[in-house]
Amino acid sequence: MSGHSSYQPQNRLLRWFEARLPVGWLIHSSFVAYPTPRNLNYWWTFGGILSFMLTVQIVTGVVLTMHFTPTATQAFDSVEHIMRDVNYGWLLRYLHANGGSMFFLAVYIHMFRGLYYGSYKEPREVLWILGVIIFFLMMASAFMGYVLPWGQMSFWAATVITNLFSAIPIFGKGITEWLWGGYAVDNPTLQRFFSLHYLLPFMIAGVVVLHVWALHVVGQNNPTGIDVKSDKDTVPFTPYATAKDGFALVCFLILLAWFVFYIPNYLSHPDNYIPANPLQTPPHIVPEWYFLPYYAILRAIPSKLIGVIALFASIAVLAFLPWLDTSKVRSARYRPLFRQFFWIFVICCIGLGYLGSKQPEGLYVIAARILTAYYFLYFLVILPVLGLIERPKAVPASISEAVLPKGGAPVAAGAAAPDRNG
Amino acid sequence: MRRIVFAASLAALAAAVPAAAIAAEVPTPLRQSWSFAGPFGTFDRAQLQRGFKVYREVCAACHGLKLVAFHALAQPGGPGFTEAQAKQIASEFRIQDGPSDRGEMFERLGRLSDMIPSPDPNEQAARARLNGALPPDLSVIAKARGYDVGFPRFITDAFLQYQEAGVDYIFAYLTGYENAPAGVTLPETQFWNKYFAGQRTAMRPPIQKDQVEYTDGTPQTVEQYSRDVAAFLMWATEPHLEARKRIGFQVMIFLLVFAGLMYFTKKKVWAAAH
Repeated sequence: MSGHSSYQPQNRLLRWFEARLPVGWLIHSSFVAYPTPRNLNYWWTFGGILSFMLTVQIVTGVVLTMHFTPTATQAFDSVEHIMRDVNYGWLLRYLHANGGSMFFLAVYIHMFRGLYYGSYKEPREVLWILGVIIFFLMMASAFMGYVLPWGQMSFWAATVITNLFSAIPIFGKGITEWLWGGYAVDNPTLQRFFSLHYLLPFMIAGVVVLHVWALHVVGQNNPTGIDVKSDKDTVPFTPYATAKDGFALVCFLILLAWFVFYIPNYLSHPDNYIPANPLQTPPHIVPEWYFLPYYAILRAIPSKLIGVIALFASIAVLAFLPWLDTSKVRSARYRPLFRQFFWIFVICCIGLGYLGSKQPEGLYVIAARILTAYYFLYFLVILPVLGLIERPKAVPASISEAVLPKGGAPVAAGAAAPDRNG
Repeated sequence: MRRIVFAASLAALAAAVPAAAIAAEVPTPLRQSWSFAGPFGTFDRAQLQRGFKVYREVCAACHGLKLVAFHALAQPGGPGFTEAQAKQIASEFRIQDGPSDRGEMFERLGRLSDMIPSPDPNEQAARARLNGALPPDLSVIAKARGYDVGFPRFITDAFLQYQEAGVDYIFAYLTGYENAPAGVTLPETQFWNKYFAGQRTAMRPPIQKDQVEYTDGTPQTVEQYSRDVAAFLMWATEPHLEARKRIGFQVMIFLLVFAGLMYFTKKKVWAAAH
């Protein structure tokens, strides 16, 4: 996205257009000639998968909107109308519902990959923070989307989450009623959630553009975590990354199709097929699986206000990660101590997810408190201290030295793309 | 690696959970064998027709099916009634319509485009008629019920494509009536059902042996009735199940071939770079 381009269209009309608005150059330099580290593994394909999933969500969502009625009396039945009477409505809805889950699965893998390989470190701080913002917007979109079918879980999830704001001293009650548009979760709440659920994905798309832009300015990180030093370290995006991303995407779609066509309700809760009833609290209110770790953190803390603060802090802390991790070495490959703490952190997150699905009682609460403590210790104590005391292993001199056979014949990097510019 | 870590952490947590934390003495419903289970599952048309008969002659006295239209009865992948049969069934129901040109509500015979009418006009009417109990509408009941399958089945079920928790529960519930244990006296409006959360259900045992006449020689037992009506309710809940699984298989074949092609493309592209 920077520097001069050798991109010259053959077609005269395209050349005329290119001289006035260099769209072709933008696409060419971003997605064709763009140099990517040659050692990227399959954990790096999730960025492309996420872009695709965002598109799937927007396209299915736009069509679902054509048939959905966002009112408290009709939302539930209109979803069933989509499932029964709209042509392929069941497919659209199951794609959208399970697509949301797969979107989160992909984003969590994407984030853990960033954590493992130190992708948040200089010079990628802004790139990382933009990612945190996308994640936060995703959570808001997903939560509001879950409310729309107006089933029991929709209604009570909306009640629980909006009530979090009532923990704010003095202004809490006012803010909560302002969010509701009344004195309880009701039709106005549903309608504003619908409006925002339609708006937020386009905001996500906007931040994704910034995220990709920032990525193309600083370049991709890679499994060694060391900077690109020469042309030998990279291959052009097309065909190398496109072929690899494409293969990974199709594999991911197999997973999505498995859920959509064979177990479409595996990830949802039966109670959400019961129409919302403000007079009857379900015995067990649980969010969608991707919110369970945060739900566990919220409930691990006995004080409501501190619980809410911990909930938001658990996401906000990610934005400070570039400065909390004091190690100069990016990749966990060369950080043996860090690697152990990292895997404990992964287990901790999964454990919090499990605990979020259980009633907050007995040993479950104690376990949730221990894991919540580890979650924050990891970011606030372990990472800062580890960078100071850990003795990293020797880092290779360059990417090509790390991955190419030693003493072998020189490799024709990017021979297939003659118009590459480094 | 990830899966091993996941399983290990779950196992560690499960071991740490005291017996007291596992509530509910409700037995886990048994998994029945259903024709519509699995990747190639289809409904048994005769079973759906029998199930519809049971619904109509027994359940419909109290439970609505308001999201199911009469035309769905003749839809592909459903009970397999002909359009004429579905029309005939619809015309046996009276539908409230209106207002007419004179501003009055009126009753007319049902048409294919009508939804199956509910037995009570509103919740209050149902409660007033039934000792304060509200029989749920059954349109999506097979997805609105279920049971906690527990660890590790909740993981293996994703691979085994188990999506019949709701219908298994319905069958268990319909066949789960028992005499209340000694020492428990129930008021006249409550009945003991071992699969119902809390065991005290407001629905009296709904069906007896030989209550609904089957003309195809199928045994007229409570178990058979329950099985048939549960299957019918699964269809009512998920009327496009057959199309979903059929298209799903086509999509899977396409994606697997596509993935194979992409794999070899990727290999070829990268051959020079390694």
